Amino acid sequence: MDAVIDNLPVFLEGFRNTLGLLVISGVGALILGLIVAGLRISPIGSFRGFATVYTEIIRNTPLTLILFFCAFLLPYLQFSPGYFTLAAIGLTVYTSPFVAEAVRSGINGVHVGQAEAARSIGLGFGQSLAFVILPQALRMVVPPLINVFIALAKNTSVAGAFFVFELFGAARQVTNDRGDQVLAILLAVAVFYLLITVTLGIIAGRVEKRVAVLR
Amino acid sequence: MTSVLYDAPGPKARRMSRIISYVGVAVIAVGVVALVLALGAPKASANGAVQPGLWDLSRWDVFNDLEVWRSLGRGALATLEMAGVAAVLALVLGVLFSFGRASDTAWIRVPTTVVLEFFRGMPVLLMMLFVLLVFSTGSFWAGVAALAVYNGAIIGEALRAGIKALPRGQREAGLAIGLTSIATRLRIEFPQAFRQMLPIIIAQLVVLLKDTSLAFVVGYSELLRSMRDLTNFFGNRYSFSFFFVVLVIYLAMNLSLSWLARRIARRSGSKPTH
Repeated sequence: MDAVIDNLPVFLEGFRNTLGLLVISGVGALILGLIVAGLRISPIGSFRGFATVYTEIIRNTPLTLILFFCAFLLPYLQFSPGYFTLAAIGLTVYTSPFVAEAVRSGINGVHVGQAEAARSIGLGFGQSLAFVILPQALRMVVPPLINVFIALAKNTSVAGAFFVFELFGAARQVTNDRGDQVLAILLAVAVFYLLITVTLGIIAGRVEKRVAVLR
Repeated sequence: MTSVLYDAPGPKARRMSRIISYVGVAVIAVGVVALVLALGAPKASANGAVQPGLWDLSRWDVFNDLEVWRSLGRGALATLEMAGVAAVLALVLGVLFSFGRASDTAWIRVPTTVVLEFFRGMPVLLMMLFVLLVFSTGSFWAGVAALAVYNGAIIGEALRAGIKALPRGQREAGLAIGLTSIATRLRIEFPQAFRQMLPIIIAQLVVLLKDTSLAFVVGYSELLRSMRDLTNFFGNRYSFSFFFVVLVIYLAMNLSLSWLARRIARRSGSKPTH
């Protein structure tokens, strides 16, 4: 236990970096994902095709491979803003198709009758999207979106293997120093991760209850 | 769904949309070509030496060596081996978890729920390190155990949702014809839930296959590890080439599994969710 207490500053620094990665790449993935989702439902065929190919390729590539590209090949191409930024870029790119799919499934989940009703009372494309479809879709999107962010919180641990000092990196360093107390150290790190994921899970449950559309 | 949102286009709108489509294709194509050219452009390093571009033949001649392909093949096989063993164990664990969570006895249900939540909130990588250090298994079993437990927890949740979604009458009918509670679950509810949830389960197995690449962190020599080793052996000159080939191998494996998932989803005739 003393190994955990002695190294608490190390864990806290790792925790801060994990949270930083989560927030930065979460916001980035949200923006990129919304753009991709927009392309995917757009009336223009080529945009839809491009967004589909992007989604399929990124979703079927292991995160390790994407981070490998960011950590080793981008610097090789003379783009090296530091490992933290590179990891944030990798996580953003990896998470964006999952965000896009969540948003798209929300939009597809709105009952067709809603769109037909909006159209039949004379609303245009933009109007029916803005006043009828999106308000309903966004509510349905929130819970799966939070699940995506929970997955992202766990995925930040992979960045620890690529020279970013976050929780997993902290765990590796401290277990190297204190091989005698591996169990306590890893459980402590697990608690830190659960702090993030369980909190997000509780938020998801609350939001789901509050914004649930009666159907 | 989206097609309801706008009118059927007239001749003018069709022309407009065609023009935008061409422009869109052109913009995307220019972007892709620019990226390919940027990767291929020779560049000068700090000491003035000019390195050939990434598509230059001198970066790819290494693939004439059969030993390279053999090494990549061994890596891919190791990846598939880990994914296969972990997938079987994950399915078994998933079934056990789902029974535990749907149990009528609180003494089984509550601990299972806690354990499930714990495993689901944990990064796979941390679990691998945990198994490796605490149980000092080899890297193979560390990876397999972590992947099996994590994905088993998720598959268990999916199966439980499937059991819960069944009409109550199924269970009542089973009990009414004199089956015990366990027999009802095993012979009436479970087969239906499994079929209903098969697409989700296979999607999770794709995730499992992708996550085997995490095992390279704990030192298992799978595909990603082969890539690193080959890059270290042949030099950084080939790092992009190896990366590209390994990416293609991963995509081929994962896309074919995803395609299988979609086919099964269509064949099993489960109604579309919306």
